[in-house]
Formats: sequence, C-alpha cells, structure tokens
Amino acid sequence: MAHKSKNLKEWEETTLNEFIKKRPERKEKFTTISGTEIKRLYTEDDIEDFDYHGKLGYPGEYPFTRGVYATMYRGRLWTMRQFSGFGTAEETNKRYKFLLENGQTGLSVAFHLPTIMGVDSDSQLAKGEVGKCGVAIDALKDMEILFDGIDLEKITTSMTINAPAAILLAMYVAVAEKQGADIKKISGTIQNDILKEYIAQKTWIFPPKPSMKLIVDTFEWCSENLPKWNSISISGYHIREAGSTAVQELAFTLRDGMEYVEWAVERGLDVDKFAPRLSFFFNSHNDFFEEIAKFRAARRIWARVMKERYNAKNPNSWKLRFHTQTSGFSLTAQQPYNNIVRVAIQALAAVLGGTQSLHTNSMDETLALPSEFAVQIALRTQQILAYETGVANTIDPLAGSYFIEALTDKMEKDAMEYIEKIDKMGGMVAAIEAGFPQREIQDAAYEYQKAVESKEKVIVGVNEFVVEEDQPVDILYIDSGVEEKQIERLNKIRKERDKARWQKSLQELKNAAEKDVNLMPFILDAVKAYATIGEIVNTLKEVYGEYEEPIFI
Amino acid sequence: MERKIRVLIGKPGLDGHDRGAKVVARALRDAGMEVIYTGLRQTPEQIVNTALQEDVDAIGLSILSGAHMHLFPEVVKLAREKGLDDVIIFGGGIIPEKDIPKLKEAGVMEVFLPGTPTDAVVKFLREKVKRR
Repeated sequence: MAHKSKNLKEWEETTLNEFIKKRPERKEKFTTISGTEIKRLYTEDDIEDFDYHGKLGYPGEYPFTRGVYATMYRGRLWTMRQFSGFGTAEETNKRYKFLLENGQTGLSVAFHLPTIMGVDSDSQLAKGEVGKCGVAIDALKDMEILFDGIDLEKITTSMTINAPAAILLAMYVAVAEKQGADIKKISGTIQNDILKEYIAQKTWIFPPKPSMKLIVDTFEWCSENLPKWNSISISGYHIREAGSTAVQELAFTLRDGMEYVEWAVERGLDVDKFAPRLSFFFNSHNDFFEEIAKFRAARRIWARVMKERYNAKNPNSWKLRFHTQTSGFSLTAQQPYNNIVRVAIQALAAVLGGTQSLHTNSMDETLALPSEFAVQIALRTQQILAYETGVANTIDPLAGSYFIEALTDKMEKDAMEYIEKIDKMGGMVAAIEAGFPQREIQDAAYEYQKAVESKEKVIVGVNEFVVEEDQPVDILYIDSGVEEKQIERLNKIRKERDKARWQKSLQELKNAAEKDVNLMPFILDAVKAYATIGEIVNTLKEVYGEYEEPIFI
Repeated sequence: MERKIRVLIGKPGLDGHDRGAKVVARALRDAGMEVIYTGLRQTPEQIVNTALQEDVDAIGLSILSGAHMHLFPEVVKLAREKGLDDVIIFGGGIIPEKDIPKLKEAGVMEVFLPGTPTDAVVKFLREKVKRR
C-alpha cells in the first residue's frame, strides 16, 4: 500500500477507513479510568499554536511543567519513603530500622486511629483499634521510643496526621531537642490538611474555622522556627481513594491549597514566607498517561495561580513539590501477586510525572498492613525503576508528545472549571459546607463501581480472568496484646509526670485557645509536660467544639 | 403490598473510609431496598439502637481500621440482647481471611471482601431476609 496521506483528514478517509471496514475497533469509545474519552490518534493538530515557553518552559523555571528542579533525578533521585507504622512504638522503630537498612531514604509515620482522632489508647472509643492501622502514640514518651537511635537532624520524616497535626509536630520537635538536634536543621512534613478530611478521608475533630486557625498557626510557627519543615502536605491522595476522577483530584487539591493560602494571607502572613514550605501529595492510579498529565498540569496550574492570583514574588512559592503514593484502591484482594505489577506501573507514572518522593504500596495491602516481605518488594520496585530502567536519566521525557501535551492541557482546562465553580461558591470551606466536593466524589465512585460491574472496565482477577483458588499470602497480624502493653505504658506516664506542670500547661493552653494567639508554643509546653494527645485535644474541644458531617448517600 | 427489605448500613470504629459503605448503600437502594445510613464513628450501642428504632431486617457493617474483631461481635451481642433475633448482620472491609471463620462463629452471617460486586450483597439479602 503506497498511499501517503497529506493530513489527518485524508488518512481517516483513506487508509483508516479501509482498515476499519475490514477490522472494526474493539469498542466504540475508549476512555480513561476517570471516564475521559481518548481519541484514536493525537497529532500536531491537537497542540496547535503550541507555545513551548508559555506552556512548558525549562526545568526549574516558570511554569515548572517540566519539573521543579533544574537537574531533576540526575541531581538527586526521588525520596523513597514507605508509609509505615503498626503496634507499639518499639515494633515500628524496628520496622524503620529495617527499611533504612534496606536503602529507604526517608521515614513516613502511620499513626493508629486513636492518635489520628485525638483519643488516648485507654479511651472506650479506642477499643479494638490500638496499634491496628498504625503506631500507637499517646504521649511524648511513645515518640521518644519511636525515633530511638534515628538521628532526626539527618533523616527526613513525613507524618500522616491532620486534625491533631500541631500536637504531633510539637512531639517531634521535643524529641529532636532531647536528641540535641538543632531544630533549624530538622526536615520533614506534617500532612496537616484538614480540608481533604472533610472532603474525603473524614478523620476530623474540630469544625472548619478553628481547624483552619490551627493550620495557619503551624504555618506561622514553622516559618519562624523550622525553616526546612513542610508545614502542610495538601493531599489529593485520599480524594482519589474515596472515588474521585483524576480531574477532581487535581482540582479539589489545588483549590484546597488556594484556600490555605487565602486564610494565611488573611491573617497577615507574607505569602512568600510560608508558600515555599507548602507541599502536595497525589495518587498514582492505573491509567498511566492520565496520571502523568495530571502531575504536569498540577505544576503548571499552581505556578500560575501563585504568581498571578496571589502575587507571590519568590520563585520557590510557585513550585509545586509533591509526594506520590500508588493507589491502594486499585489493588485487588484476588490474585494479590498481580498487585506488584500494578504498583510498578503506577510508580513509573509518578516518576515520569516528576514526583519528589514516592511510596509504593505492598501487594498485600487489601488484606492487611504489609508484611516485611511484601514491603521489601515494594521498595525494590522503586530501586529497580531508579537504577535499572534508565527513566531517571533525562528530565520529563514525555514532553512534546502530542498525546501527553494535549492531555495535560485538557487536565488543566477541566480542573480550572472546577476551581472557578468553587470560587463562585465562596471558596472551599463554603463548598464543603454545601457538600459539593463530597457529592461529586460519591457520584464518581458509584459510576466507577457500575462500570466495573458491567465489565465496561476490566479489573484483572476481579471481573475477568478469575481463578477459583487464590495463592495465599502470609500477612502481618497485629495481636491484641498491643492494647494492653500500650495502656500499661500510658498509665505509667500519667503516674510519673510532674502533675503541677502538666496541669498548668493544659490550663494555659485553654486560656490561649480562648484568645486569638498562636497556639504552637502552648501545645509544645503541654507535650513536654507529658500531656497526652487525648488530654490536649479534649482541652481544645472545650473551646472549639466538634465537627458534625452532613450525612447523605 | 410486599414490604421492602430494610437495611441499616453502619460504620463502627474510628476510621472514616466510607466509600464502600456508601457504594453498597446506594446499590441496595437502587435494588429497591430501604436503606438507612448511620454516618461515621457510631458505637455498637448507637448502631443497635438505630436498628431497633428503624425496625430493620439487616445490619451491614463496614470497617477498614482493623477493629472488626472487637466491634462486629459487639454489635451482634447487643443486637441479640435487645431482642433483634432475626436481624441479619453482615460486614465488609479490609478483613484478613483468617478472621472470617471467627466472625461467623460470633454471629456475623457473611463477610464481603474488596472486589465483591454489589450484586452479590443484593442477592445475599434477598435470599436471607425472612419475611416477617
């Protein structure tokens, strides 16, 4: 066949048309996992008038589409950071040392739900939960054990903690001081993102206004005391896991980020003082190109918004730095070894999208917390990507692809539509109170479930290629002895601490909460007096009250 | 007129992962059942009291925090104590396989793991709920 088309239209009418007549395509419509329609072929027509300098620029330069650093992975690989925590502080400390010995380069703390909810291990509400899905931390003593033998000046630590983030940050700082570290040198991240809690993960404590106040307190305090600390990790991960599409994840996360900026500026903080310490956290799901486009669009939108809407002058305020975790929801309980492959591909998307750090899920995480064996494979997956595949040799290797650039543009356009809609609603807090993002996500989750059940979306091993007998995997099992041990230690802490100092610190915290002052110094005092997380949170609840969710299905 | 199957979907425990609970609730409603959703972080007492007030045929519990071994049997125990003898209690979430026989022994009729089609839950309820 010697025909050579001069343009797309001619190709469609000749070569393609003839071929399709003989061999029709597999289905009428091809869509991403988020339901976005993907065309058969992308050509230069899709990126007409492509302005390289306006849309992409060079790495380390505005608008950072190609990456936030000038050398990217040639200079330094992404941080390999496995989220980890279970049982007591002793057990998790052991796992951290195992991971560090295996070449992990940063720590990431998973707390058990009582800590996340500001409840002590001996509370009625904590029954059955102690040490189950994270490490049990009630007071400073637990935190001292958790980081025993780990030099906090040298390691970077990320803590997945939101409603009580200020308290856990205070504990971390107190441990660092006890180790003799210069706190100006300690680095890491607190998640500290309450908006996505109301939207998706739903582990909140206080209502939106006092929660936002506490977050701005940490921005202010960190910008003065912890210059290397990321005071927030604005998270799309949980939004996606709750069922959102890729565009919703992108739009809601960035609009959350904008909300924090607005509240901090409203307090009178200089945007260029805190914005360089804002960081982000995204999901990497199954749809390879859609994810890469999402990461690239995120950097471009954030740079534009920070520069143009918030008039930030410091280029570091324009840079969207992000952590990525592969999608927990995408893993299957059926044929769990297949998850290793899913994770590898999702991790590749994150790397091609320019992530600064990465958690790769373990294959057994739809069954339980990961076993040591499973987490080692997950870490090795990152090491194989970094050292064997060559993908870290050059920066943003997919730039200029007709498809990737067209998809990045579309992501940006669709996300901006959502952002404008939320602006019109009066901002993210108002949108949350109206239930808007929650409903959008819930609808998307249900649509996805229907698409899986109708086999419009195939999930290998779940709705196709099913086997009768699964190969069993050995999982990590947390026994209930943890609860007893933890409560024992908690009782000891309560008995041994300086009562007068403890009482005074909580009283002063309460007084401060009733006034409009930064609470960080008071929380730090209470933590050092070995007040427990439950005691501190209850003190604040007396002033702030609790959030109640609008319920709908 | 035949009475519609009434189901309470409850979320005991401290975790906030309600995607599964809400997808199941909606699927049961779309299948013609009456569904009451409790909202998050309900104690076993609260769940059983709601079940009593709403006169439900079944209670579905969703939990992803790992506290199922304590909370599921607790709901069954309280339900039976309050005389909810025929109410079917089932659950789902991140639950290790080896816990399932123990949960069944404690009176949880069925445990649905990730990847279960919602259809399976609908069929299960239609089969098991006795007309009262």
